[in-house]
Amino acid sequence: MSLSSLTYNTLLKMLSAGKRFDGRKLLEQRDFTVEYDVSYKAEGSARVKLGKTEVVVGVKLGVGEPYPDSMDSGNLSVSGDLLPLASPRFESGPPKYPSLELTRLVERAIRESGVIDLKKLVIKEGEKVWSVMIDIYPINDDGALIDAASIAAMAALMRAHIPELDENGRIDYDKKSTKKLPLMEGTIPLSITLYKLGDSLIVDPTREEEEACDGKIVWGISHYKGKEHMIHSCQKGMEAPLSSDELTSMMKNLPKLYDDTLKKLKKFLK
Amino acid sequence: MTFKRPDGRKLDEIRPITAKIGVVPNADGSAMFSFGKTVAIAAVYGPRMLHPQHMQDPKTAILRVNYDLLSFSVSDRKKPGPSRRSQEISKVTEWALSPVLDLKDFPNTVVDVQIYILQANASTRVAGINAASMALAQAGIPMKDLVCAVSVGKMDKDLVVDVNDEEEHFEDGEGATDIALTRMANSDKFTLLQLDGKIQPEIMPKALALADKAFAKVYEVQKKALKEVEAE
Repeated sequence: MSLSSLTYNTLLKMLSAGKRFDGRKLLEQRDFTVEYDVSYKAEGSARVKLGKTEVVVGVKLGVGEPYPDSMDSGNLSVSGDLLPLASPRFESGPPKYPSLELTRLVERAIRESGVIDLKKLVIKEGEKVWSVMIDIYPINDDGALIDAASIAAMAALMRAHIPELDENGRIDYDKKSTKKLPLMEGTIPLSITLYKLGDSLIVDPTREEEEACDGKIVWGISHYKGKEHMIHSCQKGMEAPLSSDELTSMMKNLPKLYDDTLKKLKKFLK
Repeated sequence: MTFKRPDGRKLDEIRPITAKIGVVPNADGSAMFSFGKTVAIAAVYGPRMLHPQHMQDPKTAILRVNYDLLSFSVSDRKKPGPSRRSQEISKVTEWALSPVLDLKDFPNTVVDVQIYILQANASTRVAGINAASMALAQAGIPMKDLVCAVSVGKMDKDLVVDVNDEEEHFEDGEGATDIALTRMANSDKFTLLQLDGKIQPEIMPKALALADKAFAKVYEVQKKALKEVEAE
């Protein structure tokens, strides 16, 4: 940890008094913006700026074979890397746990929610399917990367189109396609991560706050089919344990935190 | 209609569990733990010298966990070597175990925990954590508590404890939700929580509460196995 103990102790004291360095409340997210078309070569792409955190996500579609355990479905994969470009903390070399955590958790929220109707992505039953490949790259890390990436991933998916195929079954990038991805109406899974420092819980930490925290829990949640809140994925990270009281109180806050984020996102979904 | 479990268990009933200490004589501590047909073994080596040196911490030993499935433990052979899934489980297992360990007396060293699944019938990570917790105790690593692990499932709308293979693939209604939970045996502290599926936030507290009885049962079996070794 590169945080000085002075910063750590000040943070600890401020959070327990319900205050943050940047004046936000403990459960208040930074504002974010969404831009589209990071690359016109991608079938869909988006850039999210959440405070000083910036993430780009691209969706590419490819023609692939179905997996043996899901012959009647298209494929979904989420990958990405914590580029050394985005932070002095990131190193080149084989991906480590933080990038695995980022991509796995974004993937699980999307997959488990069923927002992409993979069954509609079959080109030829049992032989050829569409593979939806979502790639996440942070451009600047100032905390809450997973949450920012999940917003960008959903924005990119909602903009993505299915390319046209030529007579040989290969993708024809010259043909303009307007066919959208088959997405479930009203279901937008997003990641909400709660961090713990001392006895305080916060959302959307800056890098400095994140560094000080000793516990976190990443929730993938949606307002499922526009009807009710539904948790699709969850993973506790870091050492600090959580009591059932803490978890129960999170369950009360989570739907509102999700709704706030969704409301901000909807401004950009035109 | 309530969910009927394929193996006839009650909703809050775990499969028969067995536990055995000392299954790897070379290790400083080792154990086997099974939930029904899911069988996990764990071995602990250390505290021992840690290489590379830059990973050493002069204030404490570090905990390093490796979890994986043996290639033939699952229906479709698992390609040997770490997968994204196994790397993730290894890391969250470290966090599940480390809050009960006191490693300050062993600076610059490592405690290695190796967990392997011999036979998989769902709930493998929690079986592995139960085995690891016992193996750490046998190795004499200072611990303030044992860690107990179980899975809780939601089948359409009903909660069940200790999910098996068939249940994991349940697809009716809201489908299957699988929640892996670990808690310190003697305090209300959850050290691992993972979830996949569809569950309403208001149901979560019920899922946590449902695990209580199963934690107690796991703890009894762990203690009994550890005491049997002492008696030998």
